[in-house]
Amino acid sequence: MTVTELCESCGFEAVCLPEPDRTVSGAYIGDLLSWVMGRASSDNAWITIMSNINVAAVASLSDVACVILAEGVKLDEDIFATASQKGINVISSPLPAFETALAIGGKV
Amino acid sequence: MSEPLVFHFDIDGEDFISAGQASIQIKKNLRRLGLSPETIRRVSIAMYEGEINMVIHAKGGEADVKVYEDRIEIILADKGPGIKNIDEAMQEGFSTASDTIRSLGFGAGMGLPNMKRYSDSMDIDTTVGVGTTVTMVIKIQ
Repeated sequence: MTVTELCESCGFEAVCLPEPDRTVSGAYIGDLLSWVMGRASSDNAWITIMSNINVAAVASLSDVACVILAEGVKLDEDIFATASQKGINVISSPLPAFETALAIGGKV
Repeated sequence: MSEPLVFHFDIDGEDFISAGQASIQIKKNLRRLGLSPETIRRVSIAMYEGEINMVIHAKGGEADVKVYEDRIEIILADKGPGIKNIDEAMQEGFSTASDTIRSLGFGAGMGLPNMKRYSDSMDIDTTVGVGTTVTMVIKIQ
């Protein structure tokens, strides 16, 4: 399933989708950046409540398919620009991390 | 053996918010060289963790990345406080980072373990009060 399809099918908000056709495979939930870099796989959806600038770097270096910001967390404007430039897909979910994972479970 | 391609970076120790610029530049450079996504991922994460460590603990330093035909060497050198106990530092979860650093999502005590995880070999040369040089080698796959 592509990032766009996942976002639409779950009713989440597309914050920034510079690579809308990227395929999502599996997911990882975490807010500690080094844990994410150590454990998340390429093409995962990364569910987090962190939204500082380092999230953009970690998403890019870990090569995840998209970041899903849980709990309706918003991105700052300057991070939005960085994410767009680096080709990082960002989706916002109004749900907590667990419910967000349930929503995408079985689809990725 | 042909000469390696060398990329050199000065890591700014003052700017924690934009830390990681060297790793992101390396990712771009390696992508241009046509390396596999998995090799690029391993190099960029290993280097990013090292870069963050230098910013958190050593007020910056220097990074050299040497690209050989069969491997990539990452050499990170700083003049920071040194590592008192390497065995302790290598344990997952051990960290001396401040609460501010932790609030940004770092300081989980996974930096050095991740560097080891993603490299094929890692050597740490450290002297307390003098500095630390970490050399990582990642085979090109």
